[in-house]
Amino acid sequence: MSKQTPLYKAHQDHAAKLVDFAGYSLPLHYGSQIGEHLAVRESAGMFDVSHMTIIDLQGEVVPWLRYLLTNDVAKLTDGHALYSCMCNEKGGVIDDLIVYRLTADRFRLIVNAATREKDLAWLNLHKPADVDIRQVENTALIAVQGPDAVRLANMAFTRLGQDADLKHMGRHTALEIGKWFVGRTGYTGEDGVEIAVPAAQAVDLWKALVQQGIQPAGLGARDTLRLEAGLSLYGQDLDEEHTPAESGVAFTIDIVDPDRNFIAREVLEEHKLFGGRCRQLGIVLDGRGVLRHGQVVELVGQPIGIVTSGTFSPTRGVSIALVRVNKAFKGGCDVRIRDRLLAAHVTSVPFVPHGQARE
Amino acid sequence: MEIPGDLKFAPSHEWVRVEEDGSVTVGISDHAQEQLGDLVFVETPEVDRVCEAEEGIAVVESVKAASDIYAPVAGTIIDANVELAENPELVNSDPYGEGWLFKMQPDQVDDVDNLMDPDDYEAFIDSSE
Repeated sequence: MSKQTPLYKAHQDHAAKLVDFAGYSLPLHYGSQIGEHLAVRESAGMFDVSHMTIIDLQGEVVPWLRYLLTNDVAKLTDGHALYSCMCNEKGGVIDDLIVYRLTADRFRLIVNAATREKDLAWLNLHKPADVDIRQVENTALIAVQGPDAVRLANMAFTRLGQDADLKHMGRHTALEIGKWFVGRTGYTGEDGVEIAVPAAQAVDLWKALVQQGIQPAGLGARDTLRLEAGLSLYGQDLDEEHTPAESGVAFTIDIVDPDRNFIAREVLEEHKLFGGRCRQLGIVLDGRGVLRHGQVVELVGQPIGIVTSGTFSPTRGVSIALVRVNKAFKGGCDVRIRDRLLAAHVTSVPFVPHGQARE
Repeated sequence: MEIPGDLKFAPSHEWVRVEEDGSVTVGISDHAQEQLGDLVFVETPEVDRVCEAEEGIAVVESVKAASDIYAPVAGTIIDANVELAENPELVNSDPYGEGWLFKMQPDQVDDVDNLMDPDDYEAFIDSSE
């Protein structure tokens, strides 16, 4: 039996097609996946991402996270967020996450749902005595995304009597408003906010957002949006068998401070500077068909890698994919789809330029 | 969910309509298109192709998944819906009308009688959920 988020009933009322995802019953779509996708690109949509894991850290957090994460939290000032990987001793990715610095000794991590247990185990294994780890429960997390997202979310806040100025939040910043938490972050390539609220207030917030004309959107649109934006998905594009540099997120390896000792620094630094055994590229299918996870990529008859994430891009009207290949190339390649080889070519990532807030 | 009364249905969710000239038109059911979600690509069979019953002869792909379409009876393909190349969403918006996939001439039109009638198909969907 799947777990329900605080918004389960609201999804049912909105005719969601619910599916099990990482142990939770979540909307796949509310009628049209492509319609929801385009609503986010053109105006605003919102996602129930309450399945994601929120972990609060308190104490001497900075030196610990500087050791634990590939990115360097020393760059953060209060109220700022950073995207990072957390790697094992071999440099393989245990998870990718967002780390928020709330104050000097209070940090918040948002990690994936499917990796919750191993993430918590890893954190606890390395936890110094002067850090407390607490999983935040009974909380809903709603991502509001799109060029109109912040303006409309701000209006919903005002309607609910929450005095907040979301519009003047910088990108990748966070704000605490009583028990509410707002990060100007997201996973669609659009501007937007991610809002954590106590479970008891989740439905009221959801309804207020709906009243502002924000389109509820499901996991299906979330996947096509993040892939168009070139954002990696843990379990497909990122895994424990590959380093961040081999999976297209070398930028999360921060080697600026030569004295910072972090887990697997040696291999991660080498891969960042010189590349690893393989690399991530973006490709577009030339003809009709849909690129999907697991399909084999070939170059002049030789298999050179696989599609890690593929889909049909509603914005571009073609099929796009992130691939992991063992050699660099430019121009064309082939992908084996069912029993045929179809032509594709390398393209720049993101596949769709990241959007801005509408003034 | 709509299940028109004049159609027959295969367990793999194709619908079949017998035309006055003895040919049959084939598409996928409203239930099937709903399960697949927004279609983005339809590969219809080539005209004159001869096929066995339950042979995979077409492919519909949604954002979510690719799905084979099977010939509901043995016969020869006599027409395919070329509109779907440009407008695959017709299968979602009008599965029993403009979203038809192909027409075939059955080897034996009586074979269609072995398929499910609408009531049986509805019960079949309910039992498989």
